[in-house]
Amino acid sequence: MAKGSVSIHVERCKACGFCVEFCPTKVLALSSAFNSKGYHPPQMVAPEKCSGCDLCGMYCPDFAIFGYRLNAADSANAPDKEATDAR
Amino acid sequence: MHADPAGVLTGTHFLDGDHACCEGCLAAGARFASGYPITPSTEVVERFASRIPTVGGTFIQMEDELAASICLQGAVWGGAKAFTVTSGPGFSLMMEHIGYAAMTETPCVFVNVQRGGPSTGLPTLPAQADMMQARWGSHGDYGIIAICPNSPQECFDLTIKAFNLSEQYRVPVMVMMDEVVGHMTEKVVIPSADQLDVTPRKHTHKSPADYLPYQCNGDGSLVPEMAHAGEGYKFHITGLTHDERGYPNMTVKVQDQLVRRLCAKIENAKDLVAYEAENLEGADVVVVSYGITSRVAQRAIDQARAQGLKVGKLRLIIAWPFPEKVIRELAPKVKAFVVPELNLGQMVREVERAARGAAKTIHVGHAGGGVHQPEAIVKAIVEANQ
Amino acid sequence: MSTIPINPVLPFLRTDRMPTIWCPGCGIGTTVNCFARALLDSGVDLKHLAIVSGIGCTGRVAGYVKLDSFHTTHGRAIPFATGLKLANPKLNVVVYSGDGDLSAIGGNHLIHAARRNIDIKVICVNNLIYAMTGGQTAPTTPGHVITSTHPYGTFDPNFNLPHLVEAAGAVYVARWTTFHVRQIARSMAEVFKKPGFCFIEILSPCPTLYQRRNKMGDGLDTMKFYKEHSKIKNGVSTSEVGLTRNGDIIVGKFVDRDRSDYLTMAHDQFVEALGDRYVDECAAECCEEGI
Repeated sequence: MAKGSVSIHVERCKACGFCVEFCPTKVLALSSAFNSKGYHPPQMVAPEKCSGCDLCGMYCPDFAIFGYRLNAADSANAPDKEATDAR
Repeated sequence: MHADPAGVLTGTHFLDGDHACCEGCLAAGARFASGYPITPSTEVVERFASRIPTVGGTFIQMEDELAASICLQGAVWGGAKAFTVTSGPGFSLMMEHIGYAAMTETPCVFVNVQRGGPSTGLPTLPAQADMMQARWGSHGDYGIIAICPNSPQECFDLTIKAFNLSEQYRVPVMVMMDEVVGHMTEKVVIPSADQLDVTPRKHTHKSPADYLPYQCNGDGSLVPEMAHAGEGYKFHITGLTHDERGYPNMTVKVQDQLVRRLCAKIENAKDLVAYEAENLEGADVVVVSYGITSRVAQRAIDQARAQGLKVGKLRLIIAWPFPEKVIRELAPKVKAFVVPELNLGQMVREVERAARGAAKTIHVGHAGGGVHQPEAIVKAIVEANQ
Repeated sequence: MSTIPINPVLPFLRTDRMPTIWCPGCGIGTTVNCFARALLDSGVDLKHLAIVSGIGCTGRVAGYVKLDSFHTTHGRAIPFATGLKLANPKLNVVVYSGDGDLSAIGGNHLIHAARRNIDIKVICVNNLIYAMTGGQTAPTTPGHVITSTHPYGTFDPNFNLPHLVEAAGAVYVARWTTFHVRQIARSMAEVFKKPGFCFIEILSPCPTLYQRRNKMGDGLDTMKFYKEHSKIKNGVSTSEVGLTRNGDIIVGKFVDRDRSDYLTMAHDQFVEALGDRYVDECAAECCEEGI
């Protein structure tokens, strides 16, 4: 059961891959989808491994991703891997 | 509003122009100066360094004029009135930040005690050869104000005026002294604080939510309101072309709006005309001068009038913006303008341009290092009258 | 379903100016991200925090953070910040700029502000190149690197910035790379509490203008290089932390010492010399009447 999740602002992403590379539990991968600038934003490929440590958030140069912890009740209803932060 | 009495050395003094300028800065409310030593201007900040700890404020001696001329602008955005002082070579280095002050609309005062140039030139001797540099020295289009005192008393009075205009128009104002005015000692009367008008900062009354750093109010003024760091406005200032929010916006349209406003707020201002006129009515020849040269010219005018020549006097107090309308209206009524100055032809070009061929324009040049002999000016007046 | 929290750094950013101008793989944004987290963690008073940048890629940082922010002229962020701090000492003033801006055209200001121990916090993002102008050699560019102005390889010796600022008088000197995000945030939070001239150098990838000419891969490749070749040596002599093209990168907190800052020294001197005649007021107070 996932302890955390990430929120991705797809349109801000420039696909540098920092979040994918340095995720300690290898939750993320760049998707094959494009955003409107032509970049491949990350997606969660192993959401169950996410600890919500937010290291991806700290590495992101474009403020396009952040991680957060789920409490036990929330984790059953974690947002799916397509979740985006539209703000 | 009235001056803060803490900075006003009320009384009758015997001061040189540099020291009187410093007292003008203090009376105007300047509590911050950043400087770099250079002859013949340094006495201004030497006096300030001595006075300011007993008034309340800061002087810092910076590592060069580049630093001095931007350090004071940091102080202004922190909420102070601030100035720097320099001379020729230092003025050249400061051009970078005269442009920054013009672009960011930072109210501040640059005092230039002019000496002979180019380059190191004549460090201890006078010239008036930085007049065009004062107007045009930084790159790009912008407006500035330049004031030319001709006595220690005016070094006091006009320095206060320089600060007041800088606040009113949010523009760098240049006090264009020269070595002779800076180093001559005369009586200087400093009135009481309640007799001195000081223009406060044009600070915004808007809330942070409503405030845009470069938005004009729609009241016809081309001068936006200011906020200071630390007040919660969280504003952005840049030397890049910027929109009303202060954000970089490098488009032809925004450039056009911004640069035209920066020029128009000075060039279109009605109250930026200050000159001293005598005997213009019926004059055949008008002597146009400024700074120390105006005092030599006075002798020449008196001598020429004693010979029966109809000679008028026009002394520029505000040299920039140039009083184009005054010259233009005089030109058809006179035979000639005679323009003595301690350079090989600077403000004379403005006189000639404004006269539009309606009167002769005769320059009496001097490469600097001393002042004119009055006879050289008399000779030009006589020639002009023919 | 639970609500997704907002990105904790967003309140510190001018999101209306996003996306940033920085290239994909550039690390400047990562440092800003760490800066925002340091603000969050340290609880520093944002109303009285001002940020000053010079010119260049890192010079754009001032435009992206939601603070009183000043984008000044090339090299002059430090003297501007000096005026801001001295006129209004209740402000916390951060200078955020690049290696070319701070150490070449602004090099004189850097050493003199350190000498005076002006209470400002300098964050120097070092991408080893002039990036904004097209990849010219910087004073920090290591030897044997191809740049647009050294097309046959650099031979100018480069500055060791921690050594330079320590010698000039900085009270806090640290170096990290953009791989060291938690350490960066911790160092930034530390300097907010440290009076005097503090300097944090952060090595950052420049895939477009440094790495491309030198066949060094993309930003991620440099991040992996940082991970493999960084050696944390807190307290090591700064004389030993010079950078080379492919060598190890010594990181850590090198200097943390105490020395009176400029305003304290000024105050003490005036008290000693003037006694009761000294009026201890800051320059900014003169304008408050006019507000």
